[in-house]
Amino acid sequence: MRVMVMVKATKNSEAGKMPSEELLTAMGKYNEELVKAGVLLAGDGLHPSSRGKRVRFSGGKRQVIDGPFAETKELVAGYWIWQVKSMEEAIEWAKRCPDPMPGEESELEIRPVIEAEDFGDALTPELREKEEAMRREVERRQAKG
Amino acid sequence: MVDAELSRTIEAVWRIESARLLGGLARMVRDVGLAEDLAQEALVEAVERWPAIGVPKNPGAWLMSVAKNRAVDRLRRQRMQGRKHEELAQNEPRHHVPDPEGALDEDVGDDLLRLLLVACHPVLSAEARVALTLRLLGGLTTEEIARAFLVPEPTIAQRIVRAKRTLAEAKVPFEVPRGPALVERLPSVLEVVYLVFNEGYAATRGDEWVRAELCEEALRLGRILAALVPDEAEVHGLVALMELHASRLRARRGPDGAPILLLDQDRSRWDRLLIHRGLTALARAEALAQLLGPYALQAAIAACHARARRAEETEWPRIVALYDALAEVTQSVVVELNRAVAVAMAFGPAAGLELVDDLRDEPSLRGYHLLPSVRGDLLVKLGRLDEARREFEQAASLTRNERERDLLLSRAAACG
Repeated sequence: MRVMVMVKATKNSEAGKMPSEELLTAMGKYNEELVKAGVLLAGDGLHPSSRGKRVRFSGGKRQVIDGPFAETKELVAGYWIWQVKSMEEAIEWAKRCPDPMPGEESELEIRPVIEAEDFGDALTPELREKEEAMRREVERRQAKG
Repeated sequence: MVDAELSRTIEAVWRIESARLLGGLARMVRDVGLAEDLAQEALVEAVERWPAIGVPKNPGAWLMSVAKNRAVDRLRRQRMQGRKHEELAQNEPRHHVPDPEGALDEDVGDDLLRLLLVACHPVLSAEARVALTLRLLGGLTTEEIARAFLVPEPTIAQRIVRAKRTLAEAKVPFEVPRGPALVERLPSVLEVVYLVFNEGYAATRGDEWVRAELCEEALRLGRILAALVPDEAEVHGLVALMELHASRLRARRGPDGAPILLLDQDRSRWDRLLIHRGLTALARAEALAQLLGPYALQAAIAACHARARRAEETEWPRIVALYDALAEVTQSVVVELNRAVAVAMAFGPAAGLELVDDLRDEPSLRGYHLLPSVRGDLLVKLGRLDEARREFEQAASLTRNERERDLLLSRAAACG
């Protein structure tokens, strides 16, 4: 199964405080371990929400909201995608993670990724094709940029 | 903690730690069989004690220290025996007794690679290598391996016991060869990983779920290997090939379980993350290699399909060129047959048929159902239906797969 592991934001991460060299080294080592275990598929750190935007949907209207966002503990500061055999394996890996926000309380949140099968019939071939076309376009642009 | 939950946790810890544990222990005791015994003893102790003391904060270190203590006991006993022998045979040179404390500090990656190289040692048959690799590096139980390969459990158990004996008898050293010596050993490792993958990917028998697990296990082994020997092009080539093939796993079967051919697949169901990883791995292989090896070439062919948004957009001339290179490297007639199919797609059925006809007298293709099946397909495209029907019927009589036979017979019937 695939899981997304989210590093939750803290006051410091939201303030854009960069991790110490010590933490960077420890994280680098941990990431390497994940790679060497064949677990890590993808992952990145995220800028603070002050550089983020939200698009709010309400009654057919779309409203763009500038960051930063208030509810710090609910925000995401980074993520990984892992390939594991079970939720327990993901938990065991998460427990091995160095404290991502030393000096502050923080959390890793593990969420199983929905596989296409989980959609059942809701995702018709036509919808899939559209989704596909969109992803291609995004990838094409990323490749250019 | 409930028992079921704890046992799942122990299972997870075992999956994460077992290969490292085994690697470290094997380095200490220089014997894979003994290392496995020690690791198993540590696991048994964990199962007995963790319900009372809880899962230790560092479970890997806990398991290692238990196993190490057992190892030290054994080494001590051996040393005592060694001394007695020495007293008897006075001039015999001293045996090298490894120092467990010092040995444990070495690089963990090297341990894993050593373990993988031993499990895939060329003195072992491919079957034995596969079983031992899944056991030692996949942390799979004998029962799980047996279930995956649809073989009785005692057969696998015996295979593993015999493999360990062969390794001991051949005095296979527990070491990582360097440079060309390492490169020489890699094909036998890659072969094992690919065999495991194909067992999961190609077979149409057995439990679907177990099949997918085998593909995932092979991918995991490949990814581990790529991290351990990052400079070897063919390792990345194999990983690329597996990632790209695995990206199509969920598009390969219809709702009724019937296989869907590549060109008929709903491409929106292909796994974009795996495709991305596959293309990245292929780019790495291409950057490392002067000349692409067979895995990277197959990956490059798979990449042509992955890049095509629709089946009609496939770059067939490029695929033909890649098959040319692959045929040259592998000298395989099956590759030649595939090349003929690609030629037909790129330059028309007549050109393909000419190549297929050249292969008809090939002794190694005699009895291979895909030869008449491909021929039939090309004949249909050329409107030569009578001949096509005979080819499909012959193909149907040669295949051992029922679904495929049905398909071939229905194609024969469609020829009128």
